Amino acid sequence: MTTDNTTVQALIAQASGLAPTLPGAGLPWLKDLRAAGLDRFAKLGLPTQRQEAWKFTSLRPLEKVSFGPAAESAPVSIDRIPSVLPGGPAHRMVFVDGRFRADLSQPGALPAGVVLESLGEALARDPDRVAGLLGRTATFDSHPLLALNTAFLADGLLLYVPRGVTVADPIEAVFLGTPGSAPAAWHPRLLLVAEENAEATVVEHHLGLPGATYLSNVASEVVAGPGARLHHYKIQMESLDAFHLATATAHLGRDATYDTFVLNLGARLARHEARSVLDGTGITCRVSAAYAAAGNQHTDFTTLIDHAKPHCTSREVVKGVIDGQARAVFQGKIIVRPDAQKTDGYQLNRALLLSPQAEINSKPELEIYADDVKCSHGATAGELDDDQLFYLRARGIPIDQARALLVGAFLDEAVEEVQVEVVRDHFRERLHRVLEGHR
Amino acid sequence: MSLLEIKNLHATVDGKEILKGIDLTVEAGKVHAIMGPNGSGKSTLSYVLAGREGYEVTEGTATFAGQDLLAMEPEERAAAGLFLAFQYPVEIPGVSNTTFLKEALNAVRKTRGEGPLDAMQFLKLIRARAKDLNMTEDMIKRAVNVGFSGGEKKRNEALQMAVLQPRLAILDETDSGLDIDALRIVAEGVNKLRSPDRGMLVITHYQRLLDYIVPDVVHVLAHGRIQKTGGKELAQELEAKGYAEFGVNEAA
Ligand SMILES: Nc1ncnc2c1ncn2[C@@H]1O[C@H](COP(=O)(O)OP(=O)(O)OP(=O)(O)O)[C@@H](O)[C@H]1O
Ligand SMILES: [Mg+2]
Repeated sequence: MTTDNTTVQALIAQASGLAPTLPGAGLPWLKDLRAAGLDRFAKLGLPTQRQEAWKFTSLRPLEKVSFGPAAESAPVSIDRIPSVLPGGPAHRMVFVDGRFRADLSQPGALPAGVVLESLGEALARDPDRVAGLLGRTATFDSHPLLALNTAFLADGLLLYVPRGVTVADPIEAVFLGTPGSAPAAWHPRLLLVAEENAEATVVEHHLGLPGATYLSNVASEVVAGPGARLHHYKIQMESLDAFHLATATAHLGRDATYDTFVLNLGARLARHEARSVLDGTGITCRVSAAYAAAGNQHTDFTTLIDHAKPHCTSREVVKGVIDGQARAVFQGKIIVRPDAQKTDGYQLNRALLLSPQAEINSKPELEIYADDVKCSHGATAGELDDDQLFYLRARGIPIDQARALLVGAFLDEAVEEVQVEVVRDHFRERLHRVLEGHR
Repeated sequence: MSLLEIKNLHATVDGKEILKGIDLTVEAGKVHAIMGPNGSGKSTLSYVLAGREGYEVTEGTATFAGQDLLAMEPEERAAAGLFLAFQYPVEIPGVSNTTFLKEALNAVRKTRGEGPLDAMQFLKLIRARAKDLNMTEDMIKRAVNVGFSGGEKKRNEALQMAVLQPRLAILDETDSGLDIDALRIVAEGVNKLRSPDRGMLVITHYQRLLDYIVPDVVHVLAHGRIQKTGGKELAQELEAKGYAEFGVNEAA
């Protein structure tokens, strides 16, 4: 265990100190939950490469930074934060340095029974509801980052869509990191619950101002009831000095559709771990990602798709482009339990290496215990096609632009996996802007 | 004025000398045809002129409109007005023909000091050009050359040429793969480009294309060199006699 390192010690001290001041500190169940999280984190420490799940991603760079709590937010303007809707967001919840900012948010008009609020507000207003929703999927026994997130649990997003209700427009959650006087850490929790036959689209935007050094340790808990359709998307454009560690745990019921996609573009070190349990028949689960990493960036996309019941479909398309000395990791585990006959699983991982120092570690893992299943997976790593590059240049397109076109086309194929059209278009546009050199 | 001037050009591919001293001058306003047996170096010459990697010039010079062509990047050559219609056009999955043409045209316009066309102007332009070539709207929207038939790919090359309006067009067997009607349509497109300040280098195996695009000069390229130069009647002669005269058995 690595409890002797200073980052861990500082985080533990900080959590203990903060505990009495956190929202809902007077609620015994919450106090106990946080204490349990802290206790677990103290035992586990930060993940190390000795653990199989972290074999290719080192958190050592994190240990060199001492993260304090986020300062009270400086005034920020969010006018320029893009929305997936061309006319501006319909529902937008804004968090600055991990704290909800009602002054910048705009929940918008929602159908009756839908709850969209910050976790802080929810804890103050209706702690019992939160108690019933919290910790359903984010079990932290063997997961240090979830334990850490639990220890600091204070703010985040709560979305509850009751049975049969559809929220038509995307709900956008903006997480903005600003450069404080010292590096800070925050630990937002998202609770996304769609009851039976409910439908919603959630888009997380994680952004950071240039030069901001921080750790954003996000935990998303997703519950999709029978027949629910939940579209859960994320664009990660953190500051290039930031650390972004996210864990999304989903529990899916019979006939549910869970469609999740991550566009990973920012952060010095980013990891997104998506764990989905398909706990009913007839479920469709899509877990896909596109990423572009350059310079010294490290980006990790780790997934677990757990087919527990028969007749489910899962699909995973992960494509990335790696330049400079950047490193990328893809770990994709699919478990098909003995009961999960007629499982249809598909996994594709492709990487483009744009420089000789760029590196990809790709680890597909199929654990199949049922005999009547269809599971395919493929992984490739290659370079840009010289013939294509020359063809574009021979038509007058400068080399950088030609590369960007080819890289964009390569990544678009993954972005195509996004099922909601406005989000797909928006992600494609954002991606292309980054590839053309605008951040 | 000479648009393209090649002097004693030698080039190797993977260490093997393919071009062994080419001398060739194309004047503005003229159409030159190059004929020659398979493997004689015709495509190699076109690639060297367009600036493809892997083709090493070991001796000689090539100037284009007074500029040292060999010192320029491929995109600079294109921007200066050199266009190569590929013998084997490349498929580019995920990039639409429209995007490709737009990026290309705007890049070329930029170096000419012209502003980019807006979306409407651009669409109007390519629709008109595509119509001249009997190309469908669908072909313009699809990914570049992906799933195109051999003849469609060649037509797509002609479309790019029509949009970019080059000063020197090198057509590397643009006729092969085209049906009879398409050949006539593409040739008409090429003829439309003919003007006193433009030149053409037409590589072909067949007299038929030269019936439509009547050349001013015909060259025979064999063994990496121009072996013979003549008028348009040289093409007819070759059609009748083959390349035996140049020490090549065409059947081999
Ligand atoms: N990478 C390479 N290594 C070795 N030889 C090569 C390479 N590429 C081309 N060549 C050779 O160079 C010669 C000239 O090829 P080129 O394509 O220029 O011929 P061509 O005149 O265009 O023929 P065709 O009429 O069949 O199109 C051929 O003998 C070919 O095999
Ligand atoms: Mg050839």
